[in-house]
Amino acid sequence: IACLVMYLFAEFDDAANLLAANPDATTISIDEPVEIPKNQQSRLQEPGREEDDELLGTDDSDKTELLAGQKKSAPFWTFEYYQTFFDVDTYQASTLLQRRTVLDRIKGSVFPVPGKNFVRLYIRSNPDLYGPFWICATLVFTIAVSGNLSNFFIHLGKPTYHYVPEFRKVSIAATTIYAYAWLVPLALWGFLMWRNSKVMNIVSYSFLEIVCVYGYSLFIYIPTAILWIIPQKVVRWVLVVFSLCLSGSVLVMTFWPAVRDDNRRIAVATVATILLLHALMAVGCLAYFFDAPELDIPPPIIPAHNGTTVVTKSH
Amino acid sequence: FPGLADVSIPQDIPVEGEITVPVGSHSPDEDYSTLDEPVKDTIMRDLKAVGKKFVHVMYPRKSSALLRDWDLWGPLVLCVSLALMLQGGSADSKDDGGPQFAEVFVIIWFGAVVITLNSKLLGGTISFFQSLCVLGYCVMPLTVAMLVCRLVLLAGAGTISFIIRLIVVGAMFGWSTLASTAFLADSQPPNRKALVVYPIFLFYFVISWMILTFTPQ
Repeated sequence: IACLVMYLFAEFDDAANLLAANPDATTISIDEPVEIPKNQQSRLQEPGREEDDELLGTDDSDKTELLAGQKKSAPFWTFEYYQTFFDVDTYQASTLLQRRTVLDRIKGSVFPVPGKNFVRLYIRSNPDLYGPFWICATLVFTIAVSGNLSNFFIHLGKPTYHYVPEFRKVSIAATTIYAYAWLVPLALWGFLMWRNSKVMNIVSYSFLEIVCVYGYSLFIYIPTAILWIIPQKVVRWVLVVFSLCLSGSVLVMTFWPAVRDDNRRIAVATVATILLLHALMAVGCLAYFFDAPELDIPPPIIPAHNGTTVVTKSH
Repeated sequence: FPGLADVSIPQDIPVEGEITVPVGSHSPDEDYSTLDEPVKDTIMRDLKAVGKKFVHVMYPRKSSALLRDWDLWGPLVLCVSLALMLQGGSADSKDDGGPQFAEVFVIIWFGAVVITLNSKLLGGTISFFQSLCVLGYCVMPLTVAMLVCRLVLLAGAGTISFIIRLIVVGAMFGWSTLASTAFLADSQPPNRKALVVYPIFLFYFVISWMILTFTPQ
C-alpha cells in the first residue's frame, strides 16, 4: 500500500504542475474565501460554463440572475435551502457541458481520471445530497441482501441449516454505513478547517462537498457487494482490492491537493488515514455480513484417545 | 387637484358590472352539517372512499380525485395486516429471524416519508400527505402477495413453493411500483423522473424481500 500511495503522490506532483501551467482548468483562485458560511456560497464563474440553464423547479432560478454569484441564499431552517441540494438531473437535457447530473457524477466516481479532481470537475459549488443519501441507502440494502443470499448458498444442503432472514443485520448495516458516510466527512472537514487556520491552503472544501465525494465514492461497492455473493475467497479479495483502488483513488485525488501545502508528514498521515478508514469499512463489511466460504475437501476425522471422533473443520 | 377636475365619465358610455357575487353550487359538505347525519352514513362514506382507492390501485389510472381526497386509513390497515402476517416466522435462539412488528412499521412509514421528502425536494408538485397516501395504498398488491405466500407455505416449503412465491412476489412488486409511479412520477419535471422513481423501486424491493424471505418456524 505504501508503494501505491507513493506512486499516486508522484502522479499528483506532475498533475499539479500541469494544472498550475493551465490556469483555465482550475476554478480556484487565491481570493476564494477559506471560510464558507453555511448559508452563503459564492459560485465561481468559469468561462464557458453556463450552469443555470438547467435549473428546473427550484426557487432560486429567478434569484440567480439577480444575485450574481449568490446561490444558496435561503436560511438553513427553511425547506428551500435543502431544495437547492437536490438540484440535480438524471441525464443531460442539453448539449452544454454539464457535470451536475447524477449519472455523470456516478461515472466520475467509478472511472477516476488520474489528475482530475472529482470535486473540482463534477461538484464544484453544487454539491447535492441526493447522491450520497440514496447511494448509502442502496448500499445498506445491497449488503444486507447479498450477505443473506451468500450465506444461504454457502450453507445450502446442510441438514442442520435452517434459513433465517437475519433482519437485524439491516439495522447494523444502516448504522455503520451512514455513520461512515456522514461522520467521517464531518471529522475530516473539521480537521481541514483546523489546518487551514494554521497553513493557508490553496484548496478548501465545504462540508457538503466532502459528503458528496464520500457518498459517490461508495457507489463502486454496490456492484462489489452483489459480486461478493460468489463464495470464493480469492474472488472476494480481488474485488475488495479492486474497488478499494478505484474509490480510494477518487478520495486521494480529491484530498491530496487540500493537504499538499501542509507539513509533509501531516499530509501523508491524513491521506493514509482516509485510505485506512475506507479499507477498514470495506473489509469489515465483507467479514461481518458474508460468512467465510468453506472448503470443499471433506473434513479430516482425527480419532481421539478416548474413542470419540473429533471432526475438525477448516475455515 | 386641478387635473382631476376633467375626469368624468361621458354619459354615453355605459358602465356596468355586478356587485353581487354569483351564487354557484355549494360543495355537498356545506349543505348539511355532518354532525346531524347518522353514524352509519359517515362511516360508509369513508369506507366507500377507501374502497374506491383500493380499486384505483388495482387498475391504475390517472385520477385527480384519488389524489385530492387523500386518507391514511387504507395504508394503516395494509401496514398492520402486513406486519401481522410477517410475524410467526423463524426466530431461533440467536434472535436473528425476520423483522419484528415495529421494524415493519418503521420501514414502511419512515420509508414513505423519506420518499415523499425526496420527491418534494426534487421539485415535485404533489403534497406531502397525498404522496404518503399513494405510497401506502400501493402496498396493497404486496399484502395480497404475503397472503398468497402464507397460504402456499401451509402446503409445503420446498423448491416448488419457493418458485411460486418468487413469481407471485415478483409480479406484485412490479404492480406496486408501476401503480405508484403512475401517480407520483407525473408531478415531476421530466429530467428528474428517474430520480424519483428509483427510491420507490428500492422501497417496494425491500418490502418484497421481507415477504419473500419469510420462513415459518
